[in-house]
Amino acid sequence: MRPHRLLPLLLLLSSAHAEPVTIAVASNFITPMAELVAAFEEATGQAVRVSSASTGVLYAAIRNGAGYAALLAADSERPRLLEADGIAVPGSRFTYAVGTLQLWSADPALAGKDCRGALDDLGNRRLAIANPVTAPYGAAAQAFLQQAGLWDQVQDRLVFGQNIAQTLQFVATRNASLGLVATSQSGSEQLPDATCQWAVPTSMHPPIEQQAVLLQPVDEHAAAAAFLEFIAGPEGRAIIRAQGYEVAD
Amino acid sequence: MESLLQPLWLSVKLAGITTLLLLVLATPIAWWLAQTRSGLKPLVQSLVALPIVLPPTVMGFYLLIVLGPAGALGSWWVELTGSALTFSFTGLVIASCIYSLPFAVQPLAVAFESLGKQKLEAAWTLGASKADAFFSVALPLSVRGYLGAMVLSFAHTLGEFGVILMVGGNIPGETRVVSIAIYDQVESLNYAAAHRLSALLLVVAFVALFTMFLVNRRWRR
Repeated sequence: MRPHRLLPLLLLLSSAHAEPVTIAVASNFITPMAELVAAFEEATGQAVRVSSASTGVLYAAIRNGAGYAALLAADSERPRLLEADGIAVPGSRFTYAVGTLQLWSADPALAGKDCRGALDDLGNRRLAIANPVTAPYGAAAQAFLQQAGLWDQVQDRLVFGQNIAQTLQFVATRNASLGLVATSQSGSEQLPDATCQWAVPTSMHPPIEQQAVLLQPVDEHAAAAAFLEFIAGPEGRAIIRAQGYEVAD
Repeated sequence: MESLLQPLWLSVKLAGITTLLLLVLATPIAWWLAQTRSGLKPLVQSLVALPIVLPPTVMGFYLLIVLGPAGALGSWWVELTGSALTFSFTGLVIASCIYSLPFAVQPLAVAFESLGKQKLEAAWTLGASKADAFFSVALPLSVRGYLGAMVLSFAHTLGEFGVILMVGGNIPGETRVVSIAIYDQVESLNYAAAHRLSALLLVVAFVALFTMFLVNRRWRR
């Protein structure tokens, strides 16, 4: 056999150790995840396949045997449950990003106005928040509105996004005048310019902790563990912070 | 349980109103499709059938823009009534009529086509006006088509999810229909409640379809 005939075989063998590892990620983290994956692949040569859905859907899939090597959830509850159920590797759970809320509008009528002030007197304007029952950002939005003493008076003005991205969509298409959206998403260049915005103080709601866990029943532990280490490291943290999240120092 | 019954009732109400509206809206469209020799027929057929092919997300996204206060239809509605169409029950009725239109038009068009020209021409020669001939000849002979249109529109609207998810805003008692409530329960790990609602919906959908096929069979004999 002439040497050049061996080349494809050698390439195949050398790539065998870098078989892609599949990691599940909450939909709200897709954009930072793409950057993290690109940086990780460049640094290690290890390919990462990303599977995304809402945290609830991913949780149900994992409970039913989906073979993800790790989960980057949008909350801390689901990773905690997976750990308690013995599905996640004990002690692997950590907070990789902390979300913050932004009061945001694209309504021309609010241009140059005080966004927080508009919340006190909504009139017939709609206020979009994520569903408090299903979305951590929604629970935080509810906590903030309660803390501010506004929860009862905004009741009949509220519309609920299924997740934080849909909440932003309601506001960006001006179907809702105002929305409590994720800071990480409201800065997107794809969106119309904000007519007013206000950063909700993190002291006014419980922290929106996004946690990750390593999952047990797969043989891809080493690669997945390396990825989680990477996002917890300085380079990963810098990428996550640049996307509008807070990260532990 | 009350919190489960409200979304179910809302779905039934939405499907019922949509079905009634669709019977009125679909009749002239189906009649025209059955009678016409116009070159526009394939165009109208395609437009009517679009909701079968398009993902609900596409329709939901366009409807969110068109029905919204900044949209063509939405801004006109705001001027007329002072409130927006999105996030309202009225908005859902409009969205559902578009979404389920083909399921009303197609059974009716088939029924009208199978009438044949002769019976109508006989009625006309006996001096019946076109409207008279339609109501006293075509309509009674198309009962099966109407039954099919009703059951399919009702069942299809009952099972609507994606469009409502996108334009409804999940407001309890206004736009939180049963499919959305089920999704919420699954998302919040409340599987027992999700099971109850799902089973209920399954039974309602099955009974509706079974009734249609049963009645259809009786008629054919």
